[in-house]
Amino acid sequence: MQLPAPDPAVLSKSAHIVARLRAVLPADAVIDDPAETRAYECDGLSAYRCPPLAAILPRTTEEVSAALRICHEEGAPVVPRGSGTSLAGGALPTADCVVLGVARMNRVLEVDYENRFVRVEAGRTNLSVTGAVESEGFFYAPDPSSQLACAIAGNIGMNSGGAHCLKYGVTTNNLLGVTLVLMDGTIVELGGAHMDAGGLDLLGVVCGSEGQLGVVTEATLRILPKPEGARPVLIAFGSNEVAGACVADIIKAGVLPVAIEFMDRPCIRACEDFAHAGYPDCEALLIVEVEGSPAEIDEQLGLIRQIAMRHDPLEFRESGSEAESAKIWLGRKSAFGAMGQINDYMCLDGTIPVSALPEVLRRIGEMSREFGLDVANVFHAGDGNMHPLILYDANKPGDLEKCEALGAAILTLCVEVGGCLTGEHGVGIEKRDLMSVQFAPVDMEAQMRVKDAFDPKWLLNPAKVFPLSASESRRAG
Amino acid sequence: MRISSEEELSGVVRDATGPLCIRGGGTRDIGRPAPGAVIDVSGIAGIRIYEPGALTLVAGAGTPLAEVEAALAAEGQRLAFEPADWRGLLGTEGVPTLGGMVASNASGPRRVQAGACRDALLGVRFVDGAGAIVKNGGRVMKNVTGYDLARLLAGSWGTLGIMTEVSLKVLPAPEAAATLVMTGLDDAQALRAMTAALQSPFDVSGAAHGDIGTLIRVEGFSQSVAYRSGKLAQMLAPFGAVTVERDGESVAALWRDVRDLAPFRGTPGDVWRFSVKPSDAPALVDGLRRAGPVERVLYDWGGGLVWVETAPGRDLRPERLEGHATLMRASTETRARIAPFQPESAPVAAIAAGLRARFDPRGILNPGRMG
Repeated sequence: MQLPAPDPAVLSKSAHIVARLRAVLPADAVIDDPAETRAYECDGLSAYRCPPLAAILPRTTEEVSAALRICHEEGAPVVPRGSGTSLAGGALPTADCVVLGVARMNRVLEVDYENRFVRVEAGRTNLSVTGAVESEGFFYAPDPSSQLACAIAGNIGMNSGGAHCLKYGVTTNNLLGVTLVLMDGTIVELGGAHMDAGGLDLLGVVCGSEGQLGVVTEATLRILPKPEGARPVLIAFGSNEVAGACVADIIKAGVLPVAIEFMDRPCIRACEDFAHAGYPDCEALLIVEVEGSPAEIDEQLGLIRQIAMRHDPLEFRESGSEAESAKIWLGRKSAFGAMGQINDYMCLDGTIPVSALPEVLRRIGEMSREFGLDVANVFHAGDGNMHPLILYDANKPGDLEKCEALGAAILTLCVEVGGCLTGEHGVGIEKRDLMSVQFAPVDMEAQMRVKDAFDPKWLLNPAKVFPLSASESRRAG
Repeated sequence: MRISSEEELSGVVRDATGPLCIRGGGTRDIGRPAPGAVIDVSGIAGIRIYEPGALTLVAGAGTPLAEVEAALAAEGQRLAFEPADWRGLLGTEGVPTLGGMVASNASGPRRVQAGACRDALLGVRFVDGAGAIVKNGGRVMKNVTGYDLARLLAGSWGTLGIMTEVSLKVLPAPEAAATLVMTGLDDAQALRAMTAALQSPFDVSGAAHGDIGTLIRVEGFSQSVAYRSGKLAQMLAPFGAVTVERDGESVAALWRDVRDLAPFRGTPGDVWRFSVKPSDAPALVDGLRRAGPVERVLYDWGGGLVWVETAPGRDLRPERLEGHATLMRASTETRARIAPFQPESAPVAAIAAGLRARFDPRGILNPGRMG
């Protein structure tokens, strides 16, 4: 993975830039000691590292604005950072950049149950948004699996999803407004507590723009009343094809579960060895969760049972208690930990049309044998968002490259069958060079024009999302 | 000029020498009257992919909305955002199309539960102001690959690009629906009742108030609808007598009237649409009433959306408004004089102008329409 060479003009005046930042920020908010900037050298895609010129941790929108204005004047690139949990390298620095971390901006500014929204500073973690409203029976719906750590700022940057988005949607469907600071320091309010845009839907394009259009410092989020209850079932099948057909039938029958999770044999085995959740020995396993009152749950699960029985499941395990529910989820929730136990792994994030599921799983199996690397599949089946986990050994020369090549082949397959490169993790640097698999030059040109309008000098997170060759002339300008 | 393919449209836009007035079904004549040669794109039509098991549909932007709704109904599915038909409101004729629906982000009462039209939009193909054919998004439900231009195009009223294909998330139609009806509540009481319902865990899919009464809708499987409407009726009893309408046809008719603004059909006044924080709505309407005659008011989205009819030519937009006001129906003279769309703050206007300049450098796509 290539990153642009640092700008020598910026590097040569780094002390001057740091001094200017110190003049507008509190003393503890500017970090340029090389021992300390190391903490910002990578995000969740830890195979790539580069310490930044400096890291800044402002506490207010005004401080963000003042710092950005300086970087803009000095021509220094800025990489915004939430909690640094990106799996796509979205917060990976370059040596000539200033990392702008919003972690210190984590207050709840307004909770409005009457109008069902909460306004928070963007460094607040996802789970703690729900934490601030759950005493009144509300929750914030998007639930990325990193929700304990990940920040709302990053969720907005990547338009994060989660296991429950089949019913509740992803970040963009639950975001009502933001305070956005443009690269030149201009503070912009987009949206608010109302439910649609008055003019162009700028909020819609800012969400998912990977920190390239502005720095989000505050967000107005929709909160929802918690359902009365939820209960999962576990359904085991003898083949991926049958499990896939069962998913399609459940959806066609009009049941809209809050989650349908799918695990294949390699993943089931690894999770079982790791977490001892008591999963059956089978080729494919579904976890389906429904919500409502106890009677409503019974009604939906009854229907799901009927549908599943038509597909001759090896087992249909209904949860009868909180403890049993937790046990059904235990294996799935420890999937990534289980894989980490076995080996290094790379987690992919392509989405496919649900109908292509069996075909794609079969071809991933073939590719896995061809490349000689094991692949375990765990994914959100209801919406087609796959997370193939490629196992490799980082200490073995050539293994990472082989793993990346297999990953690229799998994502190319996702696009071929009508899907996309990334369903919820974002492009970052990881999928940057594959963008041309999904988009023609003219499609990327249209997207880059949006950045031109928000950040004409291309200083915000400039080396991400678009292949370097495609963005070169703009970054040079 | 009637266009029948994306390629033809691309050529026509590329070779255009003056402004173009983009037209799908011609049923949503809203905004500043836009000059220019009429480009009728209703010929770029037809359902291309419909996979009920994947909850997705892809169709040409000129496809009649009714054709799509019929195809979905045959599989027991629907467009969850309940797109409005504004022909009655605006006195227009013609056939509403998918492209017009998306370009106006037309979302009905179910917005409060299932999201807006823009939330169901998975992808678009469009022709920009230079004639380039661009695709964005796709036909899968989770997709964060590159920037989200689909959302930018939704509600852009044909000013950034001319949509040629749209891809939508569809949802199962429910087995049953019920509506709680209360009458005689004043606006403030109705707001409190709608708020209580929307704060409950009973998955309310519509909350409206007007001369038609105060309406709360639930949908789903039969037993569940019976359970939730019963719970809600108990909860709302302190607000006054509650009757529960359970007949499917009657429930559909009630909400069709809310969705399509039936009370405003054929009336003489101008119609404004306010998008606000729900709890601000009663005071907003009070203020409008104190300042002059108000003919008719309909609250939707639990109070977050307010439709107001007033005497022709009266500017209802308050000086300060958290949210926005759109003049939806008025004479062309009035729409030339009073900005139909909410004026934007200087930095937002600058970004919007920057986007328009880049997507439509010659300023020929419905120029000025969103002014």
